[in-house]
Amino acid sequence: MSIVINQLVNGLQSGSIYALVALGYSMVYGIILLLNFAHGDIIMVGAYAAWMCMVNFQCHPIVSMIIAIVTSMVLGVVIEKVAYTPLRSAPRLSLLITAIGISFLLENGFQLIFGAGAKTVPSMITGSDIVLGGVHLSFPAVVTIVVSLIAMGVLTFLVQKTRLGKAMRAVSEDMGAAQLMGISLNKTISFTFAMGSALAGIASVLYLCSYPQATPTMGSMLGLKAFVAAVLGGIGSIPGAMIGGFLIGIVEALVSAVGLTVWRDGVVFAILIVVLLVKPTGILGKPVQEKV
Amino acid sequence: METILKVDQINVYYGAIHAIKDISFEVCQGEVVTLIGANGAGKSTTLNTVSGLLRSKTGSVTFLGEPIDKLSPHKIVSRKLAQVPEGRRVFLRMSVEENLEMGAYTMPSSGVAQDLEMVFELFPRLKERRRQVAGTLSGGEQQMLAMGRAMMSHPKLLMLDEPSMGLAPLLVEQIFEIIQNLNQKGVTILLVEQNAQMALSVAHRGYVLETGRIITTGTGEELIKSPEIKKAYLGG
Ligand SMILES: Nc1ncnc2c1ncn2[C@@H]1O[C@H](COP(=O)(O)OP(=O)(O)OP(=O)(O)O)[C@@H](O)[C@H]1O
Ligand SMILES: [Mg+2]
Repeated sequence: MSIVINQLVNGLQSGSIYALVALGYSMVYGIILLLNFAHGDIIMVGAYAAWMCMVNFQCHPIVSMIIAIVTSMVLGVVIEKVAYTPLRSAPRLSLLITAIGISFLLENGFQLIFGAGAKTVPSMITGSDIVLGGVHLSFPAVVTIVVSLIAMGVLTFLVQKTRLGKAMRAVSEDMGAAQLMGISLNKTISFTFAMGSALAGIASVLYLCSYPQATPTMGSMLGLKAFVAAVLGGIGSIPGAMIGGFLIGIVEALVSAVGLTVWRDGVVFAILIVVLLVKPTGILGKPVQEKV
Repeated sequence: METILKVDQINVYYGAIHAIKDISFEVCQGEVVTLIGANGAGKSTTLNTVSGLLRSKTGSVTFLGEPIDKLSPHKIVSRKLAQVPEGRRVFLRMSVEENLEMGAYTMPSSGVAQDLEMVFELFPRLKERRRQVAGTLSGGEQQMLAMGRAMMSHPKLLMLDEPSMGLAPLLVEQIFEIIQNLNQKGVTILLVEQNAQMALSVAHRGYVLETGRIITTGTGEELIKSPEIKKAYLGG
């Protein structure tokens, strides 16, 4: 019994990280129809920011975490302004290729600056196991799940209730009509990238709690799995990204639990293929509506 | 009468397609002006150019004495020029109330509650459905929502693109009554219609568009009586 619960907690732990990253994919896709393949690399940059703060500047862990999150957020907004804004009316394929280019630029740029080797990030969140009804839960796992749930709650509130959040939904639904309401596209799109990238920054910090290493390519597999999660949940859908993230995490944990750890990544991508074949709109996705 | 909108010699292209050819017209304070013309004449293109969604290669658009042809659409809205786009384009996944709030995006939030009441008075049907998502409204209700949404920004000039499209005759009459009602309350109106008879009967003046050009203009009465117009648009 306790093994099952432990595996479930592991699944929820990695699932919550996938969910946080998947949210960024989905929100950006929702607003400008871009599969932002540079999104995973924002996690990597966040991790290096945390490492530099902890090791080079000896910052307090909390300060390091905040700096990592802010760095991710700023980076996301800057990438959008520099690389995607000029292509706003270009074909979506040009935008996609640009995103892949940015991803290469970040990964190779960081490899050039910091080398290909892993940088060990001193643990930022420490605590003893939490015992619940005889089951030992690791402290980082509990923190990861709780923090992710809080972040998703805050996001949902921002998107549902605030002025900018509503503007974001309006732009996602109909960019032209939203402009006719007096909504500024630039501001709203920046806001979307800021939120998505901040979530990636939070994911980065939480990831480091359990896997305390930064490498230039750490974001790519994480990003790809989160992308699968976003597609599974229904790309463009915020609750879909959350559900998809948790499902992917749990599936991975189950695959490992039955002793097929080497198949873990394969199963995730098999899910992508099956979803694309069977229900390309995902669990909560809306069928694409042709705009008149 | 004071001119509030002046469109001067605009030319609009979609790639190689020359959709608007040297169009000039003006709208004065307090008027209802209509642009009529067949499908593809360029009516929506004209409105979208005034609201900044499209750009003219030449000429100028002046609103309340200031050039607006270089401004982004959201800046133009905050100058009190609102457009109800063709096909309503309400936010189908948002509630009626949220749609109206979006209409008030350029307004200080303190006045929104009062303006909601103003719109609900105009369209009582919307009040009953305020929490419903707009996607579940009927076509007529969506048109009311689109108009109410535009009213939330207190426009001085309201541009309506085919408000009667796809509505039953009774609803069309109701919508036209509301247009006249708004006009009496001081809102200047630029109305695009296929339903030329109806549009000309409420309009002070009209312009007739044909393949991207203005071919004739006159008062509503003159145009209704004009034999060419009768032949081309009024089915007689
Ligand atoms: N997005 C577009 N791309 C290319 N051509 C377009 C586009 N939109 C409109 N056009 C062309 O521009 C011309 C004017 O179109 P517009 O939509 O302004 O006509 P309209 O008078 O509003 O017609 P309707 O009464 O059918 O709404 C048409 O020939 C149309 O085919
Ligand atoms: Mg039209």
